[in-house]
Amino acid sequence: MAALDTLKNAFRPDRVWEFLAPERQILVEERNNLILYVEDVTVSFDGFKALNALNLYINRGELRCIIGANGAGKSTMMDVITGKLRPDEGIVYFGENINLLKLSEPEIASAGVGRKFQKPTVFEFHTVFHNLELAMRANKRVLPTLFASLSGEQQDRIQEVLAIIGLLDLQETMAGALSHGQKQWLEIGVLLIQDPQLLLVDEPVAGMTPQETERTAELLTSLAGERSVVVVEHDMEFIRSIAKTVTVLHQGSVLAEGSMQQIQDNAQVREVYLGGD
Amino acid sequence: MTISMSAATSTMSMDTRAHKNPLLLPFAQDSWGNSLLFVLVVVCVLVIVGNLVVPEGSALHVPTWVVTLVGKYLALALLALSVDLIWGYAGILSLGHGAFFALGGYAMGMYLMRQIGDRGVYGNPELPDFMVFLNWQELPWYWHGFDQFWFALVMVLLAPGLLAYVFGWLAFRSRVTGVYLSIITQALTYALLLAFFRNEMGFGGNNGLTDFKDILGFSLKADSTRVALFVSSAMALALGYILCRWVTRSKFGRVLVAVRDAENRTRFVGYKVESYKLAVFVLSACIAGIAGALYVPQVGIINPGEFSPLNSIELVIWVAVGGRGTLYGAVVGALLVNYLKTYFTGVLPEVWLFFLGALFVLATMFLPGHRGNTAAQAG
Amino acid sequence: MYRLIIALILGCIACPWLNAADDPLADDPLSLQLGVLAQTKLTKMPAQIEVLVALNDSRVVPVLQAMLDGRLYRRKSDNLLFIGVPGDDKSLAITNPLGGSETTVAPASDLSRVAVNNRMRGQLRLAIAQLNLASEDEQQRFDAAQELLGDVSPPVIALLNQVAQAESSERVLAVVADAQALAALQQDDALIRLKAVEQLTGNLQPVVLNALQSLTALDAGGAPLESDPLVYKRALKAIAGIKQEAEFYSSAETIFFGLSLGSVLLLSAIGLAITFGVMGVINMAHGELIMLGAYTTYVVQLVLPNHLEYSLLVAVPLAFVVSGLVGVGIERGVIRFLYGRPLETLLATFGISLILQQAVRSIFSPLNRSVANPEWMSGALQLNPLFSLTYNRLYILVFSLVVFFLLLALLKRTRLGLQFRAVAQNRAMARAMGIRSAWVDAMTFGLGSGIAGIAGVALSQLTNVGPNLGQAYIIDSFMVVVFGGVGNLWGTLVSAFSLGMANKFIEPVAGAVLAKILVLIFIILFIQRYPRGLFPQQGRSVD
Repeated sequence: MAALDTLKNAFRPDRVWEFLAPERQILVEERNNLILYVEDVTVSFDGFKALNALNLYINRGELRCIIGANGAGKSTMMDVITGKLRPDEGIVYFGENINLLKLSEPEIASAGVGRKFQKPTVFEFHTVFHNLELAMRANKRVLPTLFASLSGEQQDRIQEVLAIIGLLDLQETMAGALSHGQKQWLEIGVLLIQDPQLLLVDEPVAGMTPQETERTAELLTSLAGERSVVVVEHDMEFIRSIAKTVTVLHQGSVLAEGSMQQIQDNAQVREVYLGGD
Repeated sequence: MTISMSAATSTMSMDTRAHKNPLLLPFAQDSWGNSLLFVLVVVCVLVIVGNLVVPEGSALHVPTWVVTLVGKYLALALLALSVDLIWGYAGILSLGHGAFFALGGYAMGMYLMRQIGDRGVYGNPELPDFMVFLNWQELPWYWHGFDQFWFALVMVLLAPGLLAYVFGWLAFRSRVTGVYLSIITQALTYALLLAFFRNEMGFGGNNGLTDFKDILGFSLKADSTRVALFVSSAMALALGYILCRWVTRSKFGRVLVAVRDAENRTRFVGYKVESYKLAVFVLSACIAGIAGALYVPQVGIINPGEFSPLNSIELVIWVAVGGRGTLYGAVVGALLVNYLKTYFTGVLPEVWLFFLGALFVLATMFLPGHRGNTAAQAG
Repeated sequence: MYRLIIALILGCIACPWLNAADDPLADDPLSLQLGVLAQTKLTKMPAQIEVLVALNDSRVVPVLQAMLDGRLYRRKSDNLLFIGVPGDDKSLAITNPLGGSETTVAPASDLSRVAVNNRMRGQLRLAIAQLNLASEDEQQRFDAAQELLGDVSPPVIALLNQVAQAESSERVLAVVADAQALAALQQDDALIRLKAVEQLTGNLQPVVLNALQSLTALDAGGAPLESDPLVYKRALKAIAGIKQEAEFYSSAETIFFGLSLGSVLLLSAIGLAITFGVMGVINMAHGELIMLGAYTTYVVQLVLPNHLEYSLLVAVPLAFVVSGLVGVGIERGVIRFLYGRPLETLLATFGISLILQQAVRSIFSPLNRSVANPEWMSGALQLNPLFSLTYNRLYILVFSLVVFFLLLALLKRTRLGLQFRAVAQNRAMARAMGIRSAWVDAMTFGLGSGIAGIAGVALSQLTNVGPNLGQAYIIDSFMVVVFGGVGNLWGTLVSAFSLGMANKFIEPVAGAVLAKILVLIFIILFIQRYPRGLFPQQGRSVD
C-alpha cells in the first residue's frame, strides 16, 4: 500500500505536468535592515572581467544611484541580480533567506524584484491596459492564466497605477504607438503593479524631456521608503536631484560610495569618471 | 506602423465594450472569423443536400470527388490553424509541424488498417498485408488496441501530443529559440521521415498504409461516408477555430503574444515562458494530429512522404499568405494555396513550384504580419 | 597525381617506338607470324600461339590479350588482323595490333572475330603471363606474378619454377615464392606444407586466406582435413593473423569513409558557416547553390567533351562564379530587405530554393545526370590487398581542407576578411568607420554561395547530379554549422569530421538509415543541451 502511495505521489498530475503545480510563494524575511546582498560577485566573458569581486548592499527603503562609465558593469550587475546571468563566483541574497542564484528569472520576479530595462521594453502589441494586466501580481502559472478574469479590485488597481504613470487616457492605446517617454513610464508602471520590494531601474530618463524627467524624479523619490529602488543613470543632473547615496562602479567593482558631495570630492572618481569636470 | 497601431486601437476599444455580455464574448470582434464559421455551416448544408438529396443528373448535384477534395482542404486548413496558433501568437516557427499531422494520420491509418480484417490480399484476419509480405508472424505490440476506434482517437491526440511534449520540454527549457528551433524541428521531421521509410518500423515502410475499406463499419467508398467525413472536417475546423480563438483571447493568449514580442520582458514580469510555450506547442500538435486523422480517410493513404520537410515548410506559407496571427487568415490561406496547387498541378505542373517559390518570397517580403522577436526584445 | 606522371612518362617512352612502327619492316618476324595466325585453323591455333610466344616479343601481349577477350578481328578482304572496339551502330573501331596507324571505323560485316576455345584460353593466359614475366619492366613482372597467385595447375608451377631461377627482383621473387607455396600446400610431405604455411603467413591476398581456410576445414566427422597437427596449428595462427590485419584495415577503411563523408559535409557546410555563421542569414537555398555548382560541372563536360581531364579545373572557378553571382543576386534582390528578420529570411530563401530547383528541372530535365570522373579521379590507391583508397574520395578530402584553409586565410589575413568580421560584429560601428556594409554583405554572401558552388563540383564526382541534390545536403549542412557553433569556422571543421566519423562508425552496427537517424537525434539533443554548439562564441554580445 505504501508503495502504491509512493507511485501515486510520483505521478501526481502536478509532478508530471509542471504547469499544474500550485505556485510557490517565497516570502522575504525582514529581520535585518538589508534587502539585497551582493558579495564577491565575479563574471567574466572570455577572460574579460565584467564584474570583479563586486560587493553591494542595499538597505530596505533606500534609493540608491549607481553611476559608472560604459563597461563598468552596471548592466551585468542587473543581469546577475535578476537571474539572466549566472556569476562565476559570489553570492546574491534577497533579504535574509532568498538565494537569488538558485532562482530563475520568473521566480525572482515573483519573489519581488522588478526590473526596468535600459531600452524601454513593453509589449508593443498589447494595449497599455493589457500591459499592466499582464504584469499584475497574480497566479502566473499556465492554467490559472488561461481561465483568469479580472476582479473589480484588480481593475481598480490597474486604474490606480495608470493614474500614477499618467497614462489614464491612453489605456486603450497600443503600447507600440506610445512616445518614447510614455513607454518609459509604462515600463515603470509595469514595474509598480508587480508590487516589488526592490526595483532595479536602468536609465529611466533617457530620451525624456526636462518636464518628464522631473516627474520621473518625483515618482522614484516617492516610491523609496516603502520599497527599495536602485537607479542606474548617466544623467548627473538627475542623479543630483534624487540621490542620497551614490555608488560608483569602475571596471567591475565599487570605486566609491557615499553622498553626492562625497563622490564629487573623491579624487579617484574625478579622475576615472567625472574626468575632472 | 503607427497607422496599423491606431487601427488596432479602435478595435481594442470596442473589445472592452464587449466585456459587458459574457455570453457573446467568444464571438465578439471577429467579423471575419464569424463569417468563416457561418460559411462553414452553410457549406455543410449545401454539401449534404447537394450530394445526397439532389439526384446525380441535376445541375445542382455536388459530385463526391468535390466533397472529398474540399474535405481534404478543410483538414489542411485545421493544420494551418495549428501552425498559426504557435507561429502567429507565440512566435514559434515550427518547420516540422507536418510530423504531428502525419502521426495523427498514422494513428487513424492503423485503425483503418485493422478494419480491413481478412479482406486484404493475403486474407490474414490479424496481420495487415504488408506484415504478411514481410513474413511477420504476429502483430507488433504497438499495433494492439488499434482495432478499437476510441483507442485510435486517443492515440491521434496522444502520439503527437507526447512527441510535442518531450521535444518542446527539451527545446524550450534550454531556450532554443528563433531559427535554431526552426532548424531542429525540421531535423525532427526529417529523422521521422527516414525512420518511417524503414520496413522494420512496422508502419508499411515506403508504401505506408493504404487500401482502406471502411470506418466504423461504413464503407469508405459510399457517398454518405464521404459526406460524413466532410462534415466532420468542417465541424472540427469550426470547433478548432473557436477553441484557438478562445485561447488566444484569454490572458494566456496575451502572455503568448508578450512572449512573442519580448520574451525576456515576459520572464522578468514573472511568467515561466517555457511552460507557456510548451502548453501551446502541445495543444497545437494535438490539433495537427486531429487534422491528420481527418485527412487520411479522405485521401485513402498515409505514407512517410507526409513527414517530408518540404510539406511542413509549405504549410507555413499557407499561414503567411493568409496573414499570421489572425487565425482566419490561416484558414483562408490554406484553402487558397491548396486550391491553386490542385489547379496548377493539373494544368501546368511545371509552373507550380515557380509559383509556390514566388509566393514564399512575396509573402514574406510584402504581406503584413507581425515582426516577432525584433520589435522590442530586451538586450 | 603520380599516376598522371607515370602515364606521361610511359607516353614518352612509347613515342619513338610508335614512330618506328609507322613504317613496318617487311621482314619483321612478328608481322609475318601474325599473318600466319590470321589464316590458321582453330585446331592448329595452339601451335601457332606457341610460335608467337617463342618470338619473345612484348608486342605480342596485346594481341594475345585481345584474342583472349574476343577483341581480335580478321579483315575478310586482306586477311589482316585488327584489335576492334564495337561501336554503337554495327561498326567497329579498329587499330593495327602492332600500333602505328590510327583508329579507323569499319562496318562489322567486313570483319570476323578470331575464335578461341576454352583450352586455348588457358594457353593464352599462360602465354600472356609468361611473356609478362619475361618483361623488362619490373612492375609488369610483379603484376603478372600476382595474377598467377592461386593457380596451381602444373604448367603454371613449371613456369613459376622457371621464373624463380631467372628473376632478380626481390619483390617479384616474393610473390613467386608465395605462389609456389600455395601449390606446395597440396603436397603430401608435411614438412613441405609446414614451410609453405610459414611462407604464406602475413600474406593478405584473399586467395591465401581461402587456401589456408580450406586446409584447416573440418571433415564430416569433425576432424581437420590437415593431418599434421603442427601444420594445422600454424595454419590457424596464420589465419588469425590475416583476420586481425583484416579487422585493422576494415577499421582504417571506416575511418577513411568517415573522413570522406566529413569532407563532403565540410564542403557543403562551409559556405553556410559564412552566410549563417558570420552574417546570421539563414539561407535555405544553400543546397540549391551546391546543385548549381554540380550542374556547372555537367555543362562544362558537355561543352568540352574532349577535355575531360581538365574539366574539373575549369569547373571549379566557373562554379564559384556561377553560384557566387546567383548568391549576390539573392542577397541584393531579397535578403537585404529582410535583415533582422531571420524567420522571414528563412521562408523567402526557401522559396528561392524551390524556384531554382524547378528552373533546373525545366532546363535540364528532372532526371539525374551523371558527371564523368576524369581518369585521375577514378580508380583507387591500392595500399595492400585489403585496403584501398578511392582517388575521388581522397582528392575531395584534400580539396575540402584546401578550401577550408584558404577561406580561413582569407578571413584572417586580408583586408576584405577584416571588413567581413567588422560588419559581422558591429554593423553600425563598421559603417561609421567607412566600411560600405552593403557591399561587404553582398561580397560575404557571394563568397559563401561561391563556396557552395565549389562543393557542388566535388559532389558531382561522388553522386549523380539531379535537381534534388541540394535538398539532400541542406539539413545536414545546418546540423554541422549549428553543432560546431555558429560563427566559428574551426567548429565547423571539427563538427563536420566528427559527424562524418560518427555516421560511418554507427553504420556497420545499425545500418545506414538508422545511423543517420541516430546522429540527427544526437544533434537535436545536443543542441537542446548546448544551444550554442561545440565551440560557442562567448561574450556579452551573443544575445
